[in-house]
Amino acid sequence: MNRFIRQLLPFGTLILLIAALSALEPDTFLTAENFFNVLSRSSVNGIIAMGMTAIIISGGIDLSVGSMMALSGMVAGLIMTKDGSVVPTGHLMWLGALAGLGTGLLCGLLNGGLITKLNLPPFIVTLGTMSAFRGISYVMNDGMMFDVPTYTFLGQSTVAGIPVNILIFLAVVLIAFFLLRYTPLGRYTYAIGSNRQAAYHAGVNVDRNLLTIYTLTGVFVGLAAMIATSRTVSAQPTAGLSLELDIIAAVVIGGASLSGGRGTVVGTIIGTLLISFLRNGLTLLGISTNIQLVVIGAIIIGAVALDQMARARAVENS
Amino acid sequence: MIAVPRDNDRPQAIALRMTAISKHFGPVQALSDVSLTVWAGTVHALVGENGAGKSTLMKILAGVYQPDAGDIEIHGRRQLFTGPAQAIEAGVSMIYQELDLAEHLTAAENIYLGAEPRSPVPFVLSHAKLAAQADALARRYGFEIDPSAKVESLPTGDCQIVEILKALRRKASILVMDEPTSSLSEREAKRLFEVVRRLRNQGLSIIYISHRLEEIIDLADEVSVLRDGRLVHSEPAAALDIPQIVHHMVGRELTDFFPDRSVQIGEVLVQVNGLSSEAGIENVSFAIRRGEIVGMAGLVGAGRTEVARALFGVDEKTAGTVVLEGRKLSIASPTDAIDHGIALLTEDRKRTGLCLELPCSWNITLPNLEQIGFGRFIRPGREVRIADDVASRIGVRWASPRAPAASLSGGNQQKLLIARWLLADSKFMIFDEPTRGIDVAAKVEVYTLLNRLAEEGKAILFISSELPELFGVADRILVMRRGRLVGDLVTKETTPEAVMHLAAVEEKT
Repeated sequence: MNRFIRQLLPFGTLILLIAALSALEPDTFLTAENFFNVLSRSSVNGIIAMGMTAIIISGGIDLSVGSMMALSGMVAGLIMTKDGSVVPTGHLMWLGALAGLGTGLLCGLLNGGLITKLNLPPFIVTLGTMSAFRGISYVMNDGMMFDVPTYTFLGQSTVAGIPVNILIFLAVVLIAFFLLRYTPLGRYTYAIGSNRQAAYHAGVNVDRNLLTIYTLTGVFVGLAAMIATSRTVSAQPTAGLSLELDIIAAVVIGGASLSGGRGTVVGTIIGTLLISFLRNGLTLLGISTNIQLVVIGAIIIGAVALDQMARARAVENS
Repeated sequence: MIAVPRDNDRPQAIALRMTAISKHFGPVQALSDVSLTVWAGTVHALVGENGAGKSTLMKILAGVYQPDAGDIEIHGRRQLFTGPAQAIEAGVSMIYQELDLAEHLTAAENIYLGAEPRSPVPFVLSHAKLAAQADALARRYGFEIDPSAKVESLPTGDCQIVEILKALRRKASILVMDEPTSSLSEREAKRLFEVVRRLRNQGLSIIYISHRLEEIIDLADEVSVLRDGRLVHSEPAAALDIPQIVHHMVGRELTDFFPDRSVQIGEVLVQVNGLSSEAGIENVSFAIRRGEIVGMAGLVGAGRTEVARALFGVDEKTAGTVVLEGRKLSIASPTDAIDHGIALLTEDRKRTGLCLELPCSWNITLPNLEQIGFGRFIRPGREVRIADDVASRIGVRWASPRAPAASLSGGNQQKLLIARWLLADSKFMIFDEPTRGIDVAAKVEVYTLLNRLAEEGKAILFISSELPELFGVADRILVMRRGRLVGDLVTKETTPEAVMHLAAVEEKT
C-alpha cells in the first residue's frame, strides 16, 4: 500500500504537469509530434536508466554511463567511416552499430569485473572508468566527431508512424520489467541490494549476478549510443556529458533507494518522463535551460524528502 | 551480603551499590530485582550464561539503558543516569569487548579524546602538551606505552591499555571490563591480570566479566552469579571453586519446557573428518545420524560458528572432508552447500539471514527459486502459494506473505528462515543459536520444530550457548574449546556441569 502511494506521487506529478502544459500551450505541447519528440528524446536516457535501475537496486551505482555512451558512439563512427567515404555504406553501418553495442558490453564487463574481482566500490570503479572512457573518446578522432549522414534508421525513421527509437525503448522497458520481476537475476538483484551478506548465505552467487547487471547495462548504453548517434547523424566525443546524473535522478525520483533493495522499472520510467516533459514544457514556456536545472534539482530533493517523511511515519506507526 | 575484606588493615568502603534493579525489553524480563554491592579496591567478577543479564546490568551501570526500577549509588551518592556521559562523570568507565578506539588516531589522542589540551592560541590544540600529559599519565600508573603510536599499529593488549588509560584520565573509580581476555594471547592476558591487580591496589573497583572460570578464581575477590536475569549468588572468591560456580550458573530445573522425543535414529547421514579452516578451527571430526539432533556447546569464541561456516562453504577449509550420504562433497561456497542439501541458519538473522525490507515470501524462496518457477522464470502467484503453505506448516504469523520481513517479531523472523530451509528440503541442517533473542514461547516452538525435522529423518547440528536447551533437545553434545572439539558426550550420560567444565577449563598439563 505504502509503496503504491510512493509511486503514485511522481505519477500524479507527471499527469498534473502534462495537464498543466496542455492547458498553457495547447497548440505546441499537445500535439502528437511534440509527444513523439519528447518520447524519442527520452528513449536514450530511458534505455540507460533501465540498466541503472538494476544497478541501484543492487546497492551500486554506475557513473560511467555518459562516457561509455560517447565511447560506444565513437567506436561505431570510426568503423562506419573506415573506408574513407563521407557517406557510410549500409554494410559498414551495420558493422559499426554492432561494434558500438559490443563496446558498451565490454565497458560494462570491465566495470563489473573490477567491482567483483577486485572487490572495489562501484562508485570508485565507475568514477575511474567515467574519466577513462571519456579520454579514449577524445583520443579516437583528435577530439573531433565522426559524421555519419546516412545513418538515420535508429534515430529518425518510423514504423507504422511510430519512431523506431520509441519502439526500441518500449522493448527495453519490457525486457527490464520482465528481468527484474520474473527471473532469479532480478530477484537476486533485490536481495543483494537489501542485504548482500544474507543473499550470499542464501546461496546467491553475488559476483556473477553483479557482473551480469553491469554488463547488461553496458549493452543498454551501447544501444542508446546507437540511437543518439543516429539522431544527430554524428558520433561525438562530448556525447552524454553529465548524462549519468540525469539518469540517476530519474531512477531516484522513481522511488529507488541509493542504499539498495528498492526501485522499480515503472518508477524509473515515470521519473524519466517527468524530467523530459518538464524540460520540454519549460522550454515551450520560454524558460531558460538554466532555470530548468534549478527546477529539476528541486524536484529531486523534494521527491526524496517526501519519501523519507513517508518512511519515517511508517516506522512510527509500526 | 557479607564481604570479607582482603586486607584487614585497609578499611573497606562501598564503591557501588545497585539495589533492586529491574529491566524489561518488550515481553522479555532481562533483569528482575538485581542487587549488587561492589567494595572499593576489589575485583568483582560477574559470571553467568549468555543471556543471563550481565550485559544489560552493566549497560544500566554505564548509563546506556535506564532501569525500570531500582537505585544506583556510587560512593554513597544516589545517581540517576540518563546517558553514558553522566555515568562517566560519576566515575564509571566501561571497556567493551569490541574496543571503542579511533584507530587512525594515536594512543595519546585517543586517551584525551574530547578533552584535548589547548595551546594558548584559541581553537588550536597543543600536540606537545598532549604527548607530555599522556606520558605522565601512563607513567603514574606504571604503563609502558608509546603515546605517539597509531592505535591501528598496536597489538590488542596495548589497545586495552589505551582504553584503561582513557578511563583513568576520566578519573574512573569503577572500571567494567567485558570479556577482556577473549582476544588476547596468553602472555598479554597475564600482563592484563597484573594491570588489574595494580589498579585494585590503587583503590579502583573492577567489575570483571568473563567466561573463563580459572581466570576468575585467580583474579577476583568476589564473585556474583547471574542467571535468567536474577542475581543468584554472591560470595568471596576464596570460598568458591569452579564446580560450585558452574553449579550456580546452570543450576536451573529442566522442566517440561522441552518436547518429548521418540525419534528412530537411523544410519550415519553426515560424517565430518579432520575439519580445519582458515578461521582457526582445527581437526574437528564428528558424525550425525539420520533423525539425530547433535548439540554443540562452547564458550563465545570457541569456534562453534566457525565449524558451521566451514561446513557451509563460507570459510575456506584448510583440511578435512565432509561425507554426506556416503558421498564426499566438495563445497567452496554456500551455493555448493545448498546444492548438496546442507542448510545453515546463521546466528545473526539480521546481518546474515534476512533481507528485512523485502517481502516475507521472497525471503522464504530466495534459495529455492528453481522450485517455484516455470523453468527459469518466477511465477509470483505460485511463489506466494508455496511460501504461504510452508509458513503455515510451522506457524509463521504474518500480516501477509507480501509484508516486509522487518514487520515480523523476532521469533517469527526466525521461523521465516526455518521455513526457507524447510522448503529447500535440506538433509543436513545446522542451526546456529536459533533461539537467541526470541521469547520463551517462540523458543518452545523452535524446539518442537527441531524435533519434527529430526523425525523427518534429517541430521541436525544445534549450536547453542544455553546448556539447558542443549540438554533438553539434543541426543548428543559436542563441546568446543579454542577451535578444537574436546568432547563428544551422550546427553543422557552427562551433566551440564561436566559440559561447562570441558568448555571453560583448560586442562593443566
